[in-house]
Amino acid sequence: MKRLKPLLLLFPLLAFVIIFFVIPVVLTVVIAFTDMDYSFVWNFVGFQNFRDISTDFIIPRVIANTFIYTFGTLGLFNLGTALLISLLTTSISDRWGNFFRTLWMLPRLTPSVVYGLLWLWMFDPTEYGLVNFIRGLFGLPPQDWLHSAPMWMVIFANGFIGASMGMLVFTAAIKSIPEDYYRAARIDGASWFMVVRRITLPLIKWHLLFVTAYQTLSLLASFEYILIITDGGPVYRTEVWALYTYHNAFSHFRFGYGAALSIILVIIGVVSALVYMKFFGFESLMEKPKVEVE
Amino acid sequence: MKLSFWQKNSEKIRNFVIILVLFLITSPILVGYVWLILRSFSEDLVNGFVPTKLTLKNWRFLWQEIKGYPNIWQTTLNTALLALGVMGIEVLITSLGGYALSRYDFPGRSSMMKFILALHAFPAISLMTAVFYLLWTLRLLDTLWGVILLKASLEVPWGTWIMKGFYDGIPWELEWAGLVDGYSRFEVWRKILLPLVKPGIAVTAIFAFLSGWSEFVFVNTFIFSQNLWTLSKYVKGFIGDYRFADYGLVTAVGLFYMIPTIIFFFFVSKHMIKLTIGGVKG
Repeated sequence: MKRLKPLLLLFPLLAFVIIFFVIPVVLTVVIAFTDMDYSFVWNFVGFQNFRDISTDFIIPRVIANTFIYTFGTLGLFNLGTALLISLLTTSISDRWGNFFRTLWMLPRLTPSVVYGLLWLWMFDPTEYGLVNFIRGLFGLPPQDWLHSAPMWMVIFANGFIGASMGMLVFTAAIKSIPEDYYRAARIDGASWFMVVRRITLPLIKWHLLFVTAYQTLSLLASFEYILIITDGGPVYRTEVWALYTYHNAFSHFRFGYGAALSIILVIIGVVSALVYMKFFGFESLMEKPKVEVE
Repeated sequence: MKLSFWQKNSEKIRNFVIILVLFLITSPILVGYVWLILRSFSEDLVNGFVPTKLTLKNWRFLWQEIKGYPNIWQTTLNTALLALGVMGIEVLITSLGGYALSRYDFPGRSSMMKFILALHAFPAISLMTAVFYLLWTLRLLDTLWGVILLKASLEVPWGTWIMKGFYDGIPWELEWAGLVDGYSRFEVWRKILLPLVKPGIAVTAIFAFLSGWSEFVFVNTFIFSQNLWTLSKYVKGFIGDYRFADYGLVTAVGLFYMIPTIIFFFFVSKHMIKLTIGGVKG
């Protein structure tokens, strides 16, 4: 009985996890070997879907897009901007620092469709849009950004959300570095850049690694803002792997093909999850509870 | 020794420059939301941000039927039901699960905790094809319940982790004292711990509420009937139909949809900053 009680308390959690995580993982693998459509008939076709993937002429385009989108957003924003903000906001008073960090949290909490609207307006093809309005100030004609730079629209929109996670992690890491190191460096006459390069960055390298791993995974699987802003267009120019999966499953109702496409994401997800479990042990968080009486 | 103006004020100038740079980097966010608010209350904006005439006309969707769209109050009610449903389930499950993980030692405890953390990193969105089939089998397709259960289950691992953190923060001596005084384990939880983890429950509840309130992809995919639409689908429709014709209307709907976000923003963001490796996705 004593052993059963905690499992009883965890039962609802486990039930939800099994129904909506474990079963779908298994289902994805099985459906990938069928040509299921909206009639939901199980018709096994072996490796046909995977052969189709290898001959699908849109796939190379999709792979290229996925790489540009994932690593562009990661480098420019989820790491780059995140690091810059956390370095800058920790160099000024906490009041100002918190002010900016709080502002950066706003996009993350905003409903995605409303946030998408803001970027649609900024890149609006007429002079109403922000970017074209600024161009107008310099006497330049408005540009149709959706056709000239759709990938940039997508990277910017995602980046301004993605940067906040790195920002939080890095800020906490930087704040935990002992002040003495900085004082010593200042006495030695080190410049700000030197301090960042020689002290801050080496000391937060695990956090940089963690954010890189975590965000690569979530960017690879994400498509919500692309769906809202460009819907993969114009003509597949912003169609990433996850969105292509979604379109095949829910626009063309090719569930079998969609599942086959998403298998690669599921595998990446499961493998990364296992790697996390192994390497990010969080041993201190796992310490045993103190109260144990019955 | 006489110091020049720059030397005397070097600290202040340094701070000023940093704040200026930060304003510059943050400006797209600031400008975007300012535009959203101004545009929704004005006839038109000229020279970037100057309203020509203030008006409530853009908010007409609140008292008029818009052709081809469901009633706004029905839609808002659906959105609230979805948000409250996710919130209720998540609070219930995480306040039990977090307690078990924080206070009981049982075989497999630490692997279960690692599993829960790893689940949070897992891109559940890649399972949508299978989930569609699952919901169809469970007769939950095109129902709010389907989306509520799905959304709640995706939020539950992280919520449990957060709640465990809040339980961990309570000194066990308090519980000890309760047990010595003859409370049962359940009474200790109910009468001593629950009141003390209220802040944790509040944070979990608000996060759950907001994530249910904002949900777009699942609603867009798993709900077809107009009378079950939530605001995300409504706003998405407006963006498609009226973006070029009437920015005023679209921004007003968008701002209306954002009201709970604005209300909870300052409360939650403070906690978000504290929770650091909160690991929200994006």
